[in-house]
Amino acid sequence: MKKLVGEVARVVSDALTGMEAALPEIRVDHDSRVVLRATAKDPGKVAVVSGGGSGHEPLHGGFVGYGMLDAACAGEVFTSPTPDQVLAATTAVDGGAGVLHVVKNYTGDVMNFEMAAELADAAGTEVATVLVHDDVAVEDSTYTAGRRGVGLTVLLEKIAGAAAEEGRPLDDVVRVAETVSAQGRSMGMALTSGTVPAAGRPTFELADDEMEIGVGIHGEPGRRRVPLAPAAQIAEMLVEPILADADFTGAPVVAMLNGMGGSPLLELYLMYGEVAKLLDRAGVRVERRLVGDYITSLDMAGCSLTLLRADDELLRLWDAPVVTPGLRWGR
Amino acid sequence: MGTEISLPTLVSWVTLFRDRIAAEQGRLTELDSAIGDADHGANMARGTAAAAAKLDETPPATVDALGKTVGMALVSTVGGASGPLYGTFFLRFGTQAAGAAALDGAALAAALRAGAEGVVARGKASAGDKTMLDAMLPAVEAFEADPSDPAAAASAAAGAARAGSDATEPLVARKGRASYLGERSAGHLDPGSVSTALLFEALAEALA
Repeated sequence: MKKLVGEVARVVSDALTGMEAALPEIRVDHDSRVVLRATAKDPGKVAVVSGGGSGHEPLHGGFVGYGMLDAACAGEVFTSPTPDQVLAATTAVDGGAGVLHVVKNYTGDVMNFEMAAELADAAGTEVATVLVHDDVAVEDSTYTAGRRGVGLTVLLEKIAGAAAEEGRPLDDVVRVAETVSAQGRSMGMALTSGTVPAAGRPTFELADDEMEIGVGIHGEPGRRRVPLAPAAQIAEMLVEPILADADFTGAPVVAMLNGMGGSPLLELYLMYGEVAKLLDRAGVRVERRLVGDYITSLDMAGCSLTLLRADDELLRLWDAPVVTPGLRWGR
Repeated sequence: MGTEISLPTLVSWVTLFRDRIAAEQGRLTELDSAIGDADHGANMARGTAAAAAKLDETPPATVDALGKTVGMALVSTVGGASGPLYGTFFLRFGTQAAGAAALDGAALAAALRAGAEGVVARGKASAGDKTMLDAMLPAVEAFEADPSDPAAAASAAAGAARAGSDATEPLVARKGRASYLGERSAGHLDPGSVSTALLFEALAEALA
C-alpha cells in the first residue's frame, strides 16, 4: 500500500501541522496534540471534549468548532489519547460551567478518559462523561467489554455540542447526550482492510470475493465473513440487525450512511438509496440524513449505517447551526 | 525482618523490567496480534524506556516519588489500556508507601497489594477474565505468604505470575479488545499477563 507520509513515526504530528495550516477555524496545541477552536466559546458555557485514536478523520478534530466540539485529543493511529492529553484539552476549554467528555466504548479510551476526569476533578474542573456504545455487531454482555462506540459518536457530538452552545447547564447537556447514546445504533461492513502507516500492510486479509460484516473502525473482526454481494443485499445486512435491536418506528429518525475512507461517494449514495428503500418499507420515517466520510478507518473500503431515534428536541438541536471543518450548516 | 529494600533496588526493578520488555518486545507483539491489536510490545517498550529514563533524570527520594514518576511516564507514553493499568499499578504502589525511603518485606507486600487493587479497580476485571490480573493476583498472594524474606517472596511471586500467565491460554477473554473475539480468543496466552510475569521476574532479579 502506497501512502503519502514523511517519517512514519511522525504521521499524527505532521497531519496536525497540516490541519492547522489548512483550517483557519481551528488551532492546535502541538505539545499535547489537542485540536482547539480558533475562537473559544463564550465563558460560562459547558465545553464538549472528545478524542480517540487518529485514523478516523474527520472524527474528532474535524468536528471542532462552533456548535460542536471545543477540543479534540489526537491519539496515535488507532490508539487512545493519554490522560495528560485529555487533561490538557479539558483545562484549556473549561469555561467554568463544566466539561462533557464524549468517549467511545473501547477499553483504552474509557480508562484514559477516566484517569483524565479524576485528574481534572482534583484540579477543580467538573467533568461528566457520556459513553457511546452503538455497534450492534458486538454482543453486549457482561462477558465482553461491551458494544463498541462507532458512528453514533458523530451524531452525539453534534447534538450535545448544540445543547452546550445554547448555554444549558452540564446536567442538561449530559441528559441530551445520554438520550442520544441510548437511542442510536450502528452496523458496519468492509470490502477491504485499512492499512496503518506504521504497519505498512493491511490489518486483515480479505479475499477479492469476500467482505466482512459487522467490522469495527479499527478493522476488528465483525460478525461474519461472507461472499461479496450486490449493494441491495449489503444494505439488508446493515439494516436488519439494527432494526432487530431497537425500534425505530413511530418517531423521526436521523440516518447516517458513512464511508470508511476508501469508498467513493458514488457508491455511498448508491448504498444510501438501497438503505432508504428498506427503511421506508419497514416504516422508518427518516427526517434527516447524512451521507459521506465522517468516521473512517484509514483507507478501508466499505460503509456503516447509523440510525438515531429522535424527537422534536433532538431534531431541533441537530438543525442548530454548526461550523466545523467536517460539518457545517445554518450559519 | 532486618532486610530493607532500598530505593536504588526499586529503581533497578524498573530498569530490569525495561530490559526484559525490550528483549521480549517481538514476542509480546506477536501474542497481541493473535487476539488484540498488535501493539503491546511496542507500547510497553516505549513506556518502560520512558519510565527508566525519567528515574535516571530525576532520581526519586521516596517510594511514592518513584511510583509517581514511573506511573505517570507509563500513563503518558503507553496509551491504550496498558498505559492506565500499569500506570495505576505504580501510582498506587507509591501512594501506599508514601514518605518511605526504604521498605521492609511487609511494606513491599502492602504496596504490591495496593498496586494490584488499583489495577482491579481501573480495569473492572477479575481473576479468570484473561487479563494481566491472572498473573498479578497470584503473584501478590505468593509474595504475601511470607514477606519476611523479600528475595524468596519475590522469587515465589515470579513463579506464580508465570504460572498464572500460562494458565490464561485456554481462557475466553471477557475484557479488552480480545473479548470481541469471544471463543476465538481461547488457545492464546494473554499478552498483558506475559508482560506482568516479566514485571515480577524483574522484581525477583532486583531483590536476589
